[in-house]
Amino acid sequence: MPEGYVGGAQPRVDGPLKVSGLAQYAGEFPAEDLAYGVVVSSSVAKGRILRFDLEAARATPGVVAILTHKDRPTVTTDAESHQDQAAPPGLPFIPLLDERIVYSGQPVALVVAETFEAARGAAALVRVEYEAEPAVVDVAQRRDSAYDPPEKRDGVPPPPPPRGDPDGAFAAAPVKVSGDYRIAVEHHNPMEPHASTVFWRGGKLVVHDKVQGVTNTKAFVVNMFGLPEDDVRVLSPFVGGAFGSGLRPQYQLTLAVMAALRLKRSVRVTLTRDQMFTFTYRPDTLQTVALGAGPDGRLQSIRHDAIACTSTYEDYQEAVVNWSGLIYACDNVSLSYRLAKVDTATPGDMRAPGATTGVYALEAAIDELAYAAKVDPLELRLRNYAERDQNDDKPFSSKELRACYERGAEAFGWSRRSPEPRSMREGRDLVGLGVATGCWEAMMQPHSARATLTADGKLEVACATADIGTGTYTILAQIAADALGLPIDDVAVRIGDSSLPMAPVEGGSWAAASAGSAAQMACAALREEILKHARAMENSPLANAALDHVVFSGGRVARADDPARSISYADALKSAGRERIEAKADFAPDEEFQKKFAAYTHSAVFAEVRVDEELGVVRVTRIVSAIAAGKILNQMTARSQILGGVVMGIGMALHEESMPDRRLGRFMNHNFGEYHIPSHADVQDIEVIFVDEADEANPLGIKGLGEIGIVGAAAAVANAVFHATGKRVRDLPITPDKLL
Amino acid sequence: MMNFSYARAESVGEAIAAVSGDPHARYIAGGTNLVDLMKYDVERPGRLVDITRLPLREIAATAGGGIRIGALVPNSDLAYDARVERDYPLLASAILAGASAQLRNAATTGGNLLQRTRCYYFYDVGAPCNKRAPGSGCGAIGGVNRIHAILGASESCIATHPSDMCVALAALEAVVHVAGPGGERTIAFEDFHRLPGDRPEADNTLRHGELITAVELPAPRFGPHHTYLKLRDRLSYAFALVSVAAGLELEGDTIRDARVALGGVAHKPWRVPEAETLLRGQKPSREAFGAAAERLLQGARGQGDNDFKIELARRAVVRALEQAAAATPQRQSDKSIN
Ligand SMILES: Cc1cc2nc3c(=O)[nH]c(=O)nc-3n(C[C@H](O)[C@H](O)[C@H](O)COP(=O)(O)OP(=O)(O)OC[C@H]3O[C@@H](n4cnc5c(N)ncnc54)[C@H](O)[C@@H]3O)c2cc1C
Ligand code: SF4
Repeated sequence: MPEGYVGGAQPRVDGPLKVSGLAQYAGEFPAEDLAYGVVVSSSVAKGRILRFDLEAARATPGVVAILTHKDRPTVTTDAESHQDQAAPPGLPFIPLLDERIVYSGQPVALVVAETFEAARGAAALVRVEYEAEPAVVDVAQRRDSAYDPPEKRDGVPPPPPPRGDPDGAFAAAPVKVSGDYRIAVEHHNPMEPHASTVFWRGGKLVVHDKVQGVTNTKAFVVNMFGLPEDDVRVLSPFVGGAFGSGLRPQYQLTLAVMAALRLKRSVRVTLTRDQMFTFTYRPDTLQTVALGAGPDGRLQSIRHDAIACTSTYEDYQEAVVNWSGLIYACDNVSLSYRLAKVDTATPGDMRAPGATTGVYALEAAIDELAYAAKVDPLELRLRNYAERDQNDDKPFSSKELRACYERGAEAFGWSRRSPEPRSMREGRDLVGLGVATGCWEAMMQPHSARATLTADGKLEVACATADIGTGTYTILAQIAADALGLPIDDVAVRIGDSSLPMAPVEGGSWAAASAGSAAQMACAALREEILKHARAMENSPLANAALDHVVFSGGRVARADDPARSISYADALKSAGRERIEAKADFAPDEEFQKKFAAYTHSAVFAEVRVDEELGVVRVTRIVSAIAAGKILNQMTARSQILGGVVMGIGMALHEESMPDRRLGRFMNHNFGEYHIPSHADVQDIEVIFVDEADEANPLGIKGLGEIGIVGAAAAVANAVFHATGKRVRDLPITPDKLL
Repeated sequence: MMNFSYARAESVGEAIAAVSGDPHARYIAGGTNLVDLMKYDVERPGRLVDITRLPLREIAATAGGGIRIGALVPNSDLAYDARVERDYPLLASAILAGASAQLRNAATTGGNLLQRTRCYYFYDVGAPCNKRAPGSGCGAIGGVNRIHAILGASESCIATHPSDMCVALAALEAVVHVAGPGGERTIAFEDFHRLPGDRPEADNTLRHGELITAVELPAPRFGPHHTYLKLRDRLSYAFALVSVAAGLELEGDTIRDARVALGGVAHKPWRVPEAETLLRGQKPSREAFGAAAERLLQGARGQGDNDFKIELARRAVVRALEQAAAATPQRQSDKSIN
């Protein structure tokens, strides 16, 4: 074990539980007194409920309650008490609040019955009469009412102020391009639908929720229902994907708690796949990018303007345009980001929120510039390489993007690309090669963790973070095993429980760096304590050994200069009369460092497509994604994150699209048959390269990589389609009709 | 999903009696479509009569040199049947172009004919739909209609029939055998599905209680000159935007006869005999194929989102006929289009 686990290829420690079905998800926890709630969704997008006809539903055998706005437990309704960690400014949606309908699919009733079948049958019998008002769901129809959000969302930097003279420089630039870019609405659609199982335990609640942060959910439930802190515990040990949809507590949670409080019994509410289209989604954003450059392709002006949709009740915000001032060196930049209200649920964070959207537009525009300037698209990116963060005027903590371009290009075979569009063919197919840059913030959050060593030599690390499929269990086990020199099988990881040390929601790719650092600190504290006990032993071979003169390995602490002189952890604990020793650590990001440096992850994504010109059929035959994301903790889980991100990027480029009916104000293709995500056939050869990148933002050098994999991927594919066909499709997805 | 009663039929007669006597009863075979629709409350049968134990699982040779396919033969078994692979590769190919391996294992021959449209509004009880709720209006007209019909649609419905297999069966001129309370009858494939007209709630000409017992194919005709070309929004596991089943009888390099059926464009697999006649006596060429395509698409009308289908279908017909003429049928395995 000299190499340690960190940095290796470690299979998921929770893998066996998952593949054998033993891992339990929010909608699976059993309880003897369990009742089942089924949500009735509004069929109108705007207006109010006139009346319910609940007679037939109530008459269904097994129905125990039907909650509506007229008949529900009280909730606090002031905006303050509803704020969750990821909430944007505004008044969060409260299900069954009143008779107002603010979006199509909004829950209007919860039918609770002894069995799921009875609840579902009765829910189909609920009749609701509405007074409908015209609704607008297309942000393009609200373009004229766009506004600068008066209150900024926490943690989302507004666009930096303009620098230089972007308009003048654009006017004077010898080469210029400008275009309007748009990505279809995407719904997160993790495999596991949202679900909450609320156990009623004599007035106390144990909540199993599908969520990315149990601490956040607990605070939400406590505040929403005015409950004592100690009466609520939230568990979420396994999460079947979330992509951001579990950052905020969703309405099924509120409904399940309402029903449990009303009935004083345990209640489960599981959403259907079509109901997964009735809350958060990636906001529809109208973007315009204009670039001016010299004849050599060196940027002289960048302007990027975005209007993103939000709901009528909250001002959801994400950083869409800021990337355009960051990724390339340019002295004249203007960026704007405004909102426009539509009658849908509030959009929300979806994998690399903002960056996925904004970088797509920027990277497509950069590609257009490369053709306009007749400079190789990769070369153009290198010519405009940013050595410094010009938005915040700081150096980068580390930035190995150049190495990503180089290694990616080599692995991909970029040099075989012929410059002209439509110049490469194979049989009937046009072949296209495209490249794009990706970028995402390397963030950290305050985070706590606890490490416990027992006399049998087993270690447990615990904190309230989540593993949404990213591999958190595994990397924490690796870090802890290395810190104490234990086989990984002797390390247990406990997460997803609000009674464990505090963790923020798992999002923003900050979990590995934050939870990992906290776990490492807690383990370091354990090492000190082990050594203390070992030194205190009678005739200790380690007497007087200082911490930096010993090594912790194989369950023993030993002198570095003389490994034969060692003591097992078990003996150290035993002689101190301790069954267990425990250490808790509170990690906080180094503010000084953060003030000094800008921290980002980067990628270079290369895509090869084949297009049947006559029929408009696109196949993405190859992707190489070269990533610079600090220390890679686990080659396997890290690769999986990038693969998943790339596949989502292919989906964004070619498939994913929630189609709204503008008259009904409703997304119509709300099922997996008609909402297309890439199938196996659509995902061919994907190669992931991690370039070395040393970073000092935290002791392990971690940057996180749950999100960087998707950023730039759609642009690389779209750019390859242009190279193949000579057709620039700016509104994604590129379905066959757009290429005919 | 509503409560329903369930019974398994032991004989054809028993099944027919159980369903024909109850207007709210339905047969259930693989259940891959019916159960989904029940989950969405689109179908609310009071009684399900399970026909999967009926002895309708055989693929048998007919006196005329064709085959008779029992209504309960699973789609997968049919596609991989040695005789079908050899004599009716067009059918095998169309089946394999559809759904997923798991669905094809469960789906039956009879059920495939009776699968219902994938129109978004039909599936969504919160939306208007004349097919699901006659008189409530057609949501798709003026709405989201990317997957809708360009041919044979009506003021009341623009839905398409989603089956791939049926497009091949249309080109192969299959005959549907049905048994009902009044005895047995056969229905020519082109008369089986219907256009929506002002009664879109009726997908086909089957009467309540009638059971499909078999689908019969005439003797094979096209040798290697066939193809099933399916175009869709992703490379696999999506319904056709446009599909083409084509078979050519060639004599030397002259087309003696042709069959072409289109899927994804109408309320039924779309055939136009005049288009096939146009091909007779011609040498395979893009011009001849283009003329046939024009004839097939005569009168085509877009609804907005689906306008592109007219041009896409035209090109698909030409490509499919090229594939058939060259005896290079579309492969369904690697999803690349030849
Ligand atoms: C996700 C998904 C994707 C799909 N993709 C495709 C695709 O790409 N291409 C494609 O062609 N199909 C596709 N399908 C549809 C699939 O082919 C059909 O669901 C299947 O063929 C139906 O057969 P079944 O036996 O399951 O029918 P059931 O669901 O059992 O029945 C369907 C209907 O037929 C009636 N019925 C069944 N058998 C008889 C009989 N013998 N006599 C009288 N009535 C009968 C039933 O009462 C019911 O109304 C897809 C389905 C799903 C769920
Ligand atoms: S096209 Fe037919 S199935 Fe679709 S909404 Fe209109 S009537 Fe209903």
